[in-house]
Amino acid sequence: MTDSMISGDRRSRKVILHDMCLRDGMHAKREQISVDQMVKVATSLDDAGVPYLQVTHGAGLGGNSLQHGFAIASNEEYISAVASRMKQAKVSVLLIPGLGTMKELKSAYKAGARSVHVATHCTEADTSPQHIACARELGMDTTGFLMMAHLNDAKGLAEQAKLMESYGAHTVYLTDSAGYMLPADVKDRIQALRDALKPETEIGFHGHHNLGMGIANSIAAIDAGATRIDGSVAGLGAGAGNTPLEVFAAVCERMGIKTGVNVFKLADIAEEIIVPMMDHIVRIDRESLALGYAGVYSTFLLPAKRAAERYGVPARDILVELGRKKMIGGQEDMIDDTAMTMAKGRGLLKAVAS
Amino acid sequence: MQKIKCALIGSGNIGTDLIYKIQRSEYLEPVWMVGIDPESEGLMRAQEMGLKTTAEGVDGLLPHVEADGIQIAFDATSAYVHAENSRKLNALGVLMIDLTPAAIGPLCVPPVNLREHADKYEMNVNMISCAGQATIPIVWAVSNVQTVDYAEIVATLSSLSIGSGTRANLDEFTYTTSDAITKVGGARRGKALAIINPADPPMIMRNTISCITDEEPDQESITASVLATIKEVQKYVPGYRLVNGPAFDGKRVTVFMEVEGLGDYLPKYAGNLDIMTAAATRTAEMFAQEILAGTFNPQPVEVA
Repeated sequence: MTDSMISGDRRSRKVILHDMCLRDGMHAKREQISVDQMVKVATSLDDAGVPYLQVTHGAGLGGNSLQHGFAIASNEEYISAVASRMKQAKVSVLLIPGLGTMKELKSAYKAGARSVHVATHCTEADTSPQHIACARELGMDTTGFLMMAHLNDAKGLAEQAKLMESYGAHTVYLTDSAGYMLPADVKDRIQALRDALKPETEIGFHGHHNLGMGIANSIAAIDAGATRIDGSVAGLGAGAGNTPLEVFAAVCERMGIKTGVNVFKLADIAEEIIVPMMDHIVRIDRESLALGYAGVYSTFLLPAKRAAERYGVPARDILVELGRKKMIGGQEDMIDDTAMTMAKGRGLLKAVAS
Repeated sequence: MQKIKCALIGSGNIGTDLIYKIQRSEYLEPVWMVGIDPESEGLMRAQEMGLKTTAEGVDGLLPHVEADGIQIAFDATSAYVHAENSRKLNALGVLMIDLTPAAIGPLCVPPVNLREHADKYEMNVNMISCAGQATIPIVWAVSNVQTVDYAEIVATLSSLSIGSGTRANLDEFTYTTSDAITKVGGARRGKALAIINPADPPMIMRNTISCITDEEPDQESITASVLATIKEVQKYVPGYRLVNGPAFDGKRVTVFMEVEGLGDYLPKYAGNLDIMTAAATRTAEMFAQEILAGTFNPQPVEVA
């Protein structure tokens, strides 16, 4: 970290933290977090002063599917159980158009959700106008969420962000879904958004830790004008996880950035609740590293490991091939498809005669 | 040979691709293209291809329907204006082929139920969506063999092949396709997912169809049924191909398909465009043959 990154100009800046462990973390738990566990985590986060927490299936509203797995409970069951227990925190949801719909958004609102990330691939913002407008009509805190942001340049992202702003988004996020970006990439892109968007439109950053850059990237985003940061306590999230929230909060405090959260309480939640919940230790293993290195959607990690077991092709080979074919978020069906095609090529699987 | 005269409403990707398909038809002739923007590329191209054009919407077409003998219209606008377009044209005795997600009329997937609709002389049939046309034949192929409790389809479309109308109304696409998986595909429950991928060079349309059967799947019969159905679709979309599967995992059957287009208006990757326009053309041809044979005489539909 250079001296300029700890300069005084970010002192007393305020940043809104948004915890993802009950949404992005669902990926790392194969959607198997119980309602009771959600309530336990969420009430603890609420008590630690986290202002927003996201609660849904990993793929968001409409996520329960063969494509993305079936969670233990419905989104409405999770949301209403958590929202009814919140003292200060707002419950948010994820909605990816093409998967989730406005019907599901209204139902989530009814269950208690008051904030939404409306997510599109970083070049496809124009698939979100009806969902962003619907969220605004419901009175929700509304974010446009540009995923796989490394696949678009600063100028292109600024244009996409302006579209989302024009549909009514209060905030536009850049989302490093592959954990591929480096601090300079983040800074350039966030700066371009700050220059293009209205001053009252907030900018956010959502990182993944596949190259260990979650915290550095989030600080770079703040330096360039971001005021909202997504993270996850203990990093529980897809791939090598999200920006670890307790660590990020500590760094912010050292830098004089105001987050309003209690660092030690978050650290206790990470240690005592989240880590014991993990099915595998969320860390930069060789496959997560491949995600960050090759620019692949972090959620592909576990399905690729399953396909590897099934078809005898190493997970890393599958992930690199998915990256080469420029597969994006939501294309989980192409993991098995790619593994099968590779297995045929390696003489491990026979084609059906047609 | 005499051909049935057609009007195309909507000068976007689908409407433009339809011109090529209909011009090749033995039974259909494209006469009018209806748009709303006189500067649009689609209207200019239609003019170059010898069609009469109007930028006044359907109202610009109505005065010419009788004189030009228009008997079939294809609507490729949006779900929100289709009802009005259909009402106005049906009132003049023009049969509507609906390519929007409006789905006022019965849902049509040619190899599954076209004959049935033609026999009933419907005045409005709906083509569901490109994803529906690409996946429902496979759901039907499985549900023909044994009961399907749940079918889920994932359609991945190249970004360049998706027009502004579909983008702005993605939910309607999802609802209409999900509905058709049950009503036409024969599954008890259905879900449709759409993904728009901007890769360059553009990726070919991909579709993954998963079915959960009530009983253990009869692998041999299902595989045979799927392969036979693919051959039926290939009659009007030659680039409809099996990539992987059918794969069996417990009660789950998964089929991985791709659709390569003919490359008429958009390049071959845009198979989604082709499967929609080819299905609509095949549907119109079936009705046109009945009209030409004198067995079907479309009549003005009285509006209450």
